[in-house]
Amino acid sequence: MSSSISNSAITAVHQVDEHRDDGASKLGMWLFLFTELILFGGLFLVYSIYRLMNPEAFAAGSSHLDVSIGAINTIVLITSSATVAISITAIQLKRKKLAINLLLVTILAAAIFMVNKYFEWGHKFELGLFPGGDAFNVLEGGEKLFYVLYYFMTGLHGLHVIIGAALIGWVAWEVKVGKQTHDNFAFLENAGLYWHLVDLIWIFLFPLMYLIA
Amino acid sequence: MTENNSTASHISYLEETGGRSGIFKWILSTDHKRIGLLYLYSIATFFIVGAALGVMMRLELMNPGQQFVKPSTYNSLFTLHGVIMIFLFIIPGIPAVFGNFMLPILIGAKDVAFPRVNLLSWYLYVIGAIFALSTLVFGNGPADTGWTFYAPYSVNTETNVSMSVMAAFVLGFSSILTGLNFIVTIHRMRAPGMTWFKMPLFAWSLYATAWIQLLATPVIGITLLMIFAERLLGVGLFDPSLGGDPILYQHMFWIYSHPAVYVMVLPAMGVISEVVSTFSQRKIYGYKAIAYSSLAIAFIGYFVWGHHMFTSGMSGPARIIFSILTFLVAIPSAVKVFNWIATLYGGSINVKAPLLYALGFIFLFMIGGLTGLILGALATDVHLHDTVFVVGHFHYVMFGGTGFAFMAAIHYWFPKMYGINYNMKRATSAFWTIFFGFNVMYFPMMVVGVMGMPRRYFDYLPEFHIPNFISTIGSWILSVGLLMMIGNLIAAFRKRKKAVDNPWNGKTLEWSVNTPPTLLNFDEIPTITKGPYEYHEQ
Amino acid sequence: MSKEPHTNHIVSFSNQLKVWIALLLLTWLTVTIAYIDFGNLTLSIALLIAVVKSTIVLAYFMHLKFDSKILTVFLILVIVIFAVFIGLTFFDYALR
Repeated sequence: MSSSISNSAITAVHQVDEHRDDGASKLGMWLFLFTELILFGGLFLVYSIYRLMNPEAFAAGSSHLDVSIGAINTIVLITSSATVAISITAIQLKRKKLAINLLLVTILAAAIFMVNKYFEWGHKFELGLFPGGDAFNVLEGGEKLFYVLYYFMTGLHGLHVIIGAALIGWVAWEVKVGKQTHDNFAFLENAGLYWHLVDLIWIFLFPLMYLIA
Repeated sequence: MTENNSTASHISYLEETGGRSGIFKWILSTDHKRIGLLYLYSIATFFIVGAALGVMMRLELMNPGQQFVKPSTYNSLFTLHGVIMIFLFIIPGIPAVFGNFMLPILIGAKDVAFPRVNLLSWYLYVIGAIFALSTLVFGNGPADTGWTFYAPYSVNTETNVSMSVMAAFVLGFSSILTGLNFIVTIHRMRAPGMTWFKMPLFAWSLYATAWIQLLATPVIGITLLMIFAERLLGVGLFDPSLGGDPILYQHMFWIYSHPAVYVMVLPAMGVISEVVSTFSQRKIYGYKAIAYSSLAIAFIGYFVWGHHMFTSGMSGPARIIFSILTFLVAIPSAVKVFNWIATLYGGSINVKAPLLYALGFIFLFMIGGLTGLILGALATDVHLHDTVFVVGHFHYVMFGGTGFAFMAAIHYWFPKMYGINYNMKRATSAFWTIFFGFNVMYFPMMVVGVMGMPRRYFDYLPEFHIPNFISTIGSWILSVGLLMMIGNLIAAFRKRKKAVDNPWNGKTLEWSVNTPPTLLNFDEIPTITKGPYEYHEQ
Repeated sequence: MSKEPHTNHIVSFSNQLKVWIALLLLTWLTVTIAYIDFGNLTLSIALLIAVVKSTIVLAYFMHLKFDSKILTVFLILVIVIFAVFIGLTFFDYALR
């Protein structure tokens, strides 16, 4: 008897769960993005203070970064942001196949971004420009700080690229199996928001790291 | 659905197992009420651990000279006491326990917006707690930096700071998720007719708190990650020998940790607003002023962190600006105190344990707040910085304030949460013991602090002996009082005296639902037409 | 926020492509301009372009322009609070 009552109560809870509120999940996603913005904001704060204290050293450090790799990665990320945005248009217009393909292009772009990053970091490591490396150890304090921040900020950003790509992969699968449809695509929208955030942070990282020399 | 309700409506959430048994009906349930109780049990456990560490510190300080712990052990004691009390008790405290339990009911909702995220945040809390306690066993002993983890010492010390900062990081994530959930819940799930200004003030205070949790916590997250990276990889973000600036660490730390004290105290103020109104049977005086002052405190709270750093080498103009801004934050706090007193004035006051704790809050928080102004004033702070006076002030605000509000809340909502009554007489005598012991313990700290005794030392000069001795005696009285209170609440489960639906004649929604509430709180979501405190004026 | 389930607004393919091209042009601009010496203004110009780019991303790709205005209000609040963090910290460092 008691189990039948509890089962009915479970169904009731399920009905509550299934009472969809896309507005709530979108608001929740935005609030989460705010925490991400402030998280990176803290790093930008540290960056700006140390740059204020060591302007020449930061310019010198920046001049050793490869602007073309940075610019290519910027283009890659902007393009991937566009493909996610267009995939939402596609799903709204019930063009499922196109939506999936655009999401796959996004993941490809994330991979290109990370490969570029790998070569960029790898090159620095060969030169000994990493904490503890020979070339790093002879730098003066300000330039050390620049490199540490460079690794920390682009590293944390890269982590977000990986998480974002995984999310996009998951949502692409959901589109494929029909869990995301033209009138029910909150997860796609939220994963897209997360991906745009990754782009947004790079939009600031790129000039602050590469273009201040 | 309706027929389900007719059968299920009188099954309380405590009897509703969701088909699970044993511990699983707790740790797998996404019911906001069960999660609230999960938090209550875990938080109460850590409170007892933290309090025991505090009593040990007081024992060491009872007489000058080494009593029974080594100096390094004492350093670990106050660090662990701080980390546990701050991150495991007082920050999650009221929002995670009473916010989770009451917020959906207060605004006429069946649950929070994201029940599974809510459960996740409890799991994160437990993981963080395990991290924090694991430093007792793993590595070179618990951190000895103080709960502030100031660089560069936190980067250089051998003790297990890495694990402690990761604990704080995970706990911060838990706190963010709770705040996120509350904001969305309040925006999207209010019952029909529950406009913003018909919300109970506890909900308002949780809303303001949630914004601080959301926007300040990531700063400590990234700061602690930097400390972690610095220890792990030797990268000098705050180490002056590698080009970093330790004062920047202090900025980053207090950008979070000052707003965090409002995470601790704002929900407490919300509880007091509820209790004061109910126990004087009067509409709260200045409802909107209290609601707005919560938002104002949350907002101004972001502007004042520098007052923790007056003696650290900050620029002169910055110190003056932070000092002025600090005085601003006292205004909305005082607005609340005046409003509570005005609410009591002319009310039919029912002196029961919840009100006693609330009055204790008002009295002790006023002492704490006013000593805060002494510390916020640049000139006096230079003298008092890092003395025991700060410790006294902080405990008056946090324990006398938030701690008493927590106890007010548990005595206020206990009958609703469990459907049983506690012994009122014993609750009252426990209150007076706690109140007396509290003042005997912490007031001497203010005195000895003004005399110049520095904080965070295991030993002191002989002239500080008498206040320290009195303070230690106070810690025993306080401990006895706390044990009386806890024992009284536990005894209620043995006696099981059934509680009525509305024992205090409260007007907010939680008193209109079953005792204990059903799984979905309401048989039918109510339509709200009245404000939250509509008492007939005598 | 409105109680309707969704932003039913559909951004057309052509508009999305226009936004994409605008962002690419701005990227080109910021790289090109970086090689011109503006002295102290270099950083400000780079940041200004970044702000324009991010506003475009927020408004179009992230739908803020079409969503409930409360999201924009919250975002502005976040930016204000972040500006407070930066501003008050600079009061210390710039005036030492």
